[in-house]
Amino acid sequence: MLEGLKEFASEFFVTGDPLIYGAMVAIGITTIAIVAVLTYFKKWGWLWRNWLTTVDHKKIGIMYIIASIIMLFRGGVDALMMRLQLAMPNMDFLHPEHYNQVFTTHGTIMILFMAMPFMFGLFNVIVPLQIGARDVAFPFLNALSFWLFFLGAMLFNLSFVIGGSPDAGWLSYPPLSELSHSPGVGQNFYIWGIQISGIGSLATGINFMVTIIKMRAPGMRWMKLPMFTWSVFSTCIIILFAFPILTVTLALLFLDRFAGAHFFTLDLGGNPMMYINLIWMWGHPEVYIVVLPAFGVFSEIVSTFSRKKLFGYKSMVFAMLIISFLSFFTWAHHFFTMGSGADVNAFFAVTTMLIAIPTGVKIFNWLFTMYRGRIRMATPMMWTLAFIPCFIVGGMTGVLLSVAPADFQFHNSYFLIAHFHQVLIGGVVFGYFAGLYYWWPKMFGFQLEEKLGKWAFWTWNIGFYVCFMPQYAVGLMGMTRRLSTYGWDTGWWELNFVSTIGAFLMGVGFLFQVAQIADGIRKYKSLKASGDPWDARTLEWSIPSPAPEYNFAVTPRGDDIDEWWEEKERRAKGIYPPEQKLEPIHMPKNSGIPFVMSVFWFIAGFGFVFGWLWMAILGLAGVGICMIARSFSYDTDYYIPVDEIKRTEASLRGSV
Amino acid sequence: MAQAAAKHGENHAHGHDHGHHDPQEMKILGFWFFLISDVILFSVLFATFIVLRDNTAGGPILSELIKMPGVIAETFLLLTSSFTSGLAVLAMNQGKVKQLINWLIVTAVLGAGFLALEIYEFVEMVHEGFSYTTSAASGAFFTLVGTHGLHVSLGLIWMIGLMFQLKKRGITDVTRGKINVISLYWHFLDVVWIFLLSIVYLMGVM
Repeated sequence: MLEGLKEFASEFFVTGDPLIYGAMVAIGITTIAIVAVLTYFKKWGWLWRNWLTTVDHKKIGIMYIIASIIMLFRGGVDALMMRLQLAMPNMDFLHPEHYNQVFTTHGTIMILFMAMPFMFGLFNVIVPLQIGARDVAFPFLNALSFWLFFLGAMLFNLSFVIGGSPDAGWLSYPPLSELSHSPGVGQNFYIWGIQISGIGSLATGINFMVTIIKMRAPGMRWMKLPMFTWSVFSTCIIILFAFPILTVTLALLFLDRFAGAHFFTLDLGGNPMMYINLIWMWGHPEVYIVVLPAFGVFSEIVSTFSRKKLFGYKSMVFAMLIISFLSFFTWAHHFFTMGSGADVNAFFAVTTMLIAIPTGVKIFNWLFTMYRGRIRMATPMMWTLAFIPCFIVGGMTGVLLSVAPADFQFHNSYFLIAHFHQVLIGGVVFGYFAGLYYWWPKMFGFQLEEKLGKWAFWTWNIGFYVCFMPQYAVGLMGMTRRLSTYGWDTGWWELNFVSTIGAFLMGVGFLFQVAQIADGIRKYKSLKASGDPWDARTLEWSIPSPAPEYNFAVTPRGDDIDEWWEEKERRAKGIYPPEQKLEPIHMPKNSGIPFVMSVFWFIAGFGFVFGWLWMAILGLAGVGICMIARSFSYDTDYYIPVDEIKRTEASLRGSV
Repeated sequence: MAQAAAKHGENHAHGHDHGHHDPQEMKILGFWFFLISDVILFSVLFATFIVLRDNTAGGPILSELIKMPGVIAETFLLLTSSFTSGLAVLAMNQGKVKQLINWLIVTAVLGAGFLALEIYEFVEMVHEGFSYTTSAASGAFFTLVGTHGLHVSLGLIWMIGLMFQLKKRGITDVTRGKINVISLYWHFLDVVWIFLLSIVYLMGVM
């Protein structure tokens, strides 16, 4: 009995690596601590009522961002482990197999479980406020999207201590990811973790498209829409067309592994190249999915902190829509070297270069917005300014890579690694940090102090260049990606060593940010923010910080691009809007179903990972019952009475 | 108070909501977007099927296994069910609950008949040595056609659930929205079947 249990445990848990034992202990202690604290302070009811069952888009947004920052930490630790392993030749810090797992989870987590939720967090917090809406179109679905993402991410992370991590690269190419080459459960964790959270992403895309189309404030015509909301809209178009491709691709890979199909196998007629085409048909648009909202953030910030209207509003909108269209015609540039032929390569080289044009238009628009503006150097603006040169260099190395013949030299080298980290960190991470700092007071009602933020900014930025500039060079010297070790004779070690120092500097930058937030929470009472702490321009700044649960006491109008700025100008001239009568506000009720349904998805996913069909069926049955329960529940909304609105407004505005 | 208000909201969904958005209309728009995503999903499966359909690895060839009479009967059942689901919506618009439920029952029975024939066809193919794991071509065929079959099955469960709601609540703004959505879904399955018929079956036997 005991022997059997022991054998099961050694199969089930990952054993034999001191790093992982350490992590297991840390996870165990953290879990016990969380449970103990919640029980001691009697916070379980609070957690359930205020967070787990909430359908309030602002709270959902905050949960997305918290989860994303935790994932940034995990992905970051993965990155530092890799950089340690590569710091010196012949290092013996990570075994090759472990190294494969670390780079696979680093990539997957950073794109799917860090960038995506951070972006959805900003969507959730800001879009309804910017367009003057009370909520998103489908609040229940919104909560479901979040919990699907969260439990999908947890399932993926579990692989690290239970069963073993995936190790076939972040896009899981066959035949490496097929049963013949990856017989363990790692790839199943990859498939189901992404599949479950991917359903949530698709639902979010649909939800925000309908929200933006149908719920804009009266007077807010399409060409009056704030630029961040425009960027969200173009992103959602890409999500709608790209994510179903991912769903099918992962499902087919799973059918190969689980049901013995032959879509991508090497035998019985399977075609691995089919997978690579499909995954990049999702994967390349995905890059634009994460970067477009960052462009939206920059547009808001540049205009606010230069105290000027955004230059070239219309060209900005068209540039975004053109990017979302072109993003679907560039996927083959990821495999120029696979023998598609000159015509195909030429087509995709040209479309890839074309995308640089609308992107360049945006850069000029931001620069012209700053020209003759009255610029203030607050942290959101600093991140925006740092983005511009970083993204220009990253974009230009991208154009170098898109020259198909030259790509035969760059392909899979560290030059490529440096390029995409430069656009993804310089574009996406800098953008989301800027957005987090910019909207922080709106989310939490207090302002972060800038001093530690500036320390964080400088260490991050210096660290970034120290880390990635050497990688361009070492790539041209012949170092390829996914290499777990190298010898003294290669001549790569000095550059790698410098690069590792840079990576740790970025880690220090992250610690400064954590310290800044912790410091802010400690002193939040003295840092209380007004409704409009940045003297900003769009509607979200016209209401108190943090926004009340119903957002707007009376429906605002959106007749101008910078409606709140115009309103302030009008008020300065003594023109006040007519007093509007308060009416009861229609709100959705909280629901436990999204959380419970996602837990069942998690159970189903876990069952499929280990091939325990009974558990998978149990989980899917639970999902079905939750759907039916939702369809049969009619008591899903309520009204906030006028008295309560008056009380809330008085207490929020009184303290401003 | 809140309950009374909720009931109020249910019966006049667009009465009290500051005039600018009707929840049922938003649901239908959202559902259209969902259908677009489903179109993409099927397109990928079609593409996979087209790429892999000749990769039979020496096993049986699909075109020799297709029996057109069965396929034509399936087509007839599904197309008729789409028509009767249209009649159900017509009955709903005239406010006739009983007729509405009856037409939904006819639709569901026709849909179930389609599924039964499809399953029979699959079983026959497996008997002739064309099973899921035989080759890339067989896997692509069963996945593509089977995904459509899965959609039909889920639609049936959904439709039965809605019949119970109609019985209990009659035709309200909310149930009207739900019936509109499922009829949209059912017509969509019909359109997908037309593509299956032409690309998988007709192009297969020709």
